[in-house]
Amino acid sequence: MSEQLNFEVPTMAEMIAKGEDPEILFWVGCAGSYDERAQKTTRDICKILHHVGMKYAVLGTEESCTGDPAKRAGNEFLFQMQAMTNIEVLNAYNIKKIVTGCPHCFNTIKNEYPGLGGTYEVIHHTQLIQQLIDEGRLKAEGGESFKGKKITYHDPCYLGRGNGVYEAPRKALEVLDAQLVEMKRCKSNGLCCGAGGAQMFKEPEKGSKDINIERIEEALETQPNIIAAGCPFCMTMISDGVKLKDQDKNVQVLDIAEITARANGL
Amino acid sequence: MVAQIIFIAITLAAIALFSYNIKKVIRNIQLGKSADRSDQSQKRFMTMLKVALGQTKMFFRPIPAFLHLIVYVGFVIINIEVLEILIDGIFGSHRIFSGVGFIYDFLIGSFEILALGVWVGCAVFLIRRNILKLKRFSGIEMTKWPRSDANYILISEILLMTAFLLMNAADAKLQILGSQHYTNAGAFPVSQYLQNLLPNSEATLVAIERGCWWFHIIGILIFLNYLPYSKHFHILFAFPNTYFSNLEPKGEFTNMKSVTNEVKAMLDPSFTPEEAESGRFGAKDVNDLTWVNLMNAYTCTECGRCTSVCPANITGKLLSPRKIMMDTRDRMEEVGKNIDKTGNGFDDGKSLIDSYISREEIWACTSCNACTEACPINIDPLAIITELRRYAVMEESQSPASINAMLGNIENNGAPWKYSPADRFNWAKES
Repeated sequence: MSEQLNFEVPTMAEMIAKGEDPEILFWVGCAGSYDERAQKTTRDICKILHHVGMKYAVLGTEESCTGDPAKRAGNEFLFQMQAMTNIEVLNAYNIKKIVTGCPHCFNTIKNEYPGLGGTYEVIHHTQLIQQLIDEGRLKAEGGESFKGKKITYHDPCYLGRGNGVYEAPRKALEVLDAQLVEMKRCKSNGLCCGAGGAQMFKEPEKGSKDINIERIEEALETQPNIIAAGCPFCMTMISDGVKLKDQDKNVQVLDIAEITARANGL
Repeated sequence: MVAQIIFIAITLAAIALFSYNIKKVIRNIQLGKSADRSDQSQKRFMTMLKVALGQTKMFFRPIPAFLHLIVYVGFVIINIEVLEILIDGIFGSHRIFSGVGFIYDFLIGSFEILALGVWVGCAVFLIRRNILKLKRFSGIEMTKWPRSDANYILISEILLMTAFLLMNAADAKLQILGSQHYTNAGAFPVSQYLQNLLPNSEATLVAIERGCWWFHIIGILIFLNYLPYSKHFHILFAFPNTYFSNLEPKGEFTNMKSVTNEVKAMLDPSFTPEEAESGRFGAKDVNDLTWVNLMNAYTCTECGRCTSVCPANITGKLLSPRKIMMDTRDRMEEVGKNIDKTGNGFDDGKSLIDSYISREEIWACTSCNACTEACPINIDPLAIITELRRYAVMEESQSPASINAMLGNIENNGAPWKYSPADRFNWAKES
């Protein structure tokens, strides 16, 4: 279970050069590319894709921000510039299916790109994991046992309320034989981690508390061993919260892809 | 005969006044930009049936949902009685529907039980607001008028129901006395207990019965004309509002066509722009919003479910989605009054942003959609916040410094952080 990848991650450019067509494009996202913590999730998604033998590719340095934070911040110009440039790249590679490592990328490409000429089948990595489990291609064996561990899942807004994906991440956790506990505010009533709508990139407005603290207090009430996330921004906010509460020794914050990879000894 | 003429005159005047005010409301909504919601009529109709008629979204909070349902069903069904009152009033008849025999007994009996339900429901609502002082009904936007508005509505309904039950009690007693005109009709499961409270004199009973009858119908006509000034407008607007509500995934923000044209022209000089509404980017004032946003504002009944789930509001920030809706309505009414006074194009130097909604509020939003999910009638405060942000960023270039830095990074490096695009794939190489 090393951090390192013991295989090459194929890029679209290489694939095309070899005259091959991937089954799915893995859209890594900016956080997944640059943020150290999110990079781990990115590598684990690759490990899962590699493990099940799915033909995939990434864009590598040809990928650029989807424009999501610009759009939520109100800069529609910048968003559409990014979107159209990305769509040009995606269409040139004749991409049909995309899996993203981030609910924000997922939402943007799935919902906002079609109107600008980019129509693809887009899924979030937790949906991919669920599909692979359903198809019997992915199990939870050969790795770390999560049996009996208490896991609480935090719904990312742009996956949950934004796109109605509540079950896939939970199904991915169910195979672990762990103890899933829900927070008081979950699913459609889930509380935001505080990072959405471009908040990730600014200081919060004056208030009585930070949103991630409000959320982490609720998560800790369930006395979890693990808080599961499905979004790199939530990951940052929740990890920060756990640290601030001095609980980072007792509570792990892990992405569903990381948990899946660990359970399979990848 | 005189009574009939007075009745018809009052009714016509009430309807005329209501039509006049409704026209103004529609004119105000039409100040908004166009938005196409003519698609998927079947899905829209089903949404309206489920959310407005079926009140499905209310049941996330079962206690107020149950009370609200009683008041709602009572209000709707008792209106059959109002139809009888109208016919009786116009033709001078008395209990015209009583010809249908036992069905009439059943109807009046059900009305009475519902009326009691409405009475109790409204009383509990008053207690929740004024004695228990539920947190949801407070907040910076819940100033004197919105609080009074809620109380006026509840007290009016209690008075109307009281009048209805007293009228029936007097009527039933007159029926027992064998009074002229008061034919035996109706069942009185609730008002029978009020009979003993009433005097025995026939003349007094007739006065009470007639008094309550007039009070009930005039009360309803006044109530009708109070709606355009009140949060209670939702009883009408809930239906079109849910019908025209957003059916796309909540995470999806609209793509601005006017921007698409400019971006396409920038990327491809030979591009011929498609038609798009001109005007400023985003919203400075209410007329930059769409008619759907503006209809949302008239529909809002200020219940505060949105604000009570807003992560920003919960953690003490200034933002309150309910305030966004109330401010939009207040500003729209103000603009409407300006037009009434001075005609189109009058500039009072105010705008929705800054004069009503502050920058601090719009930048506190996480766009998490908790507010739109919580709204029992599909109002979308987030759409308004987004338009205000678009104005601030694209027309004024005014956004928090850190947001500016993030935008600059995307523009220059294709990522919201200051990293080189050449390093984007390093995650696969390092450990």
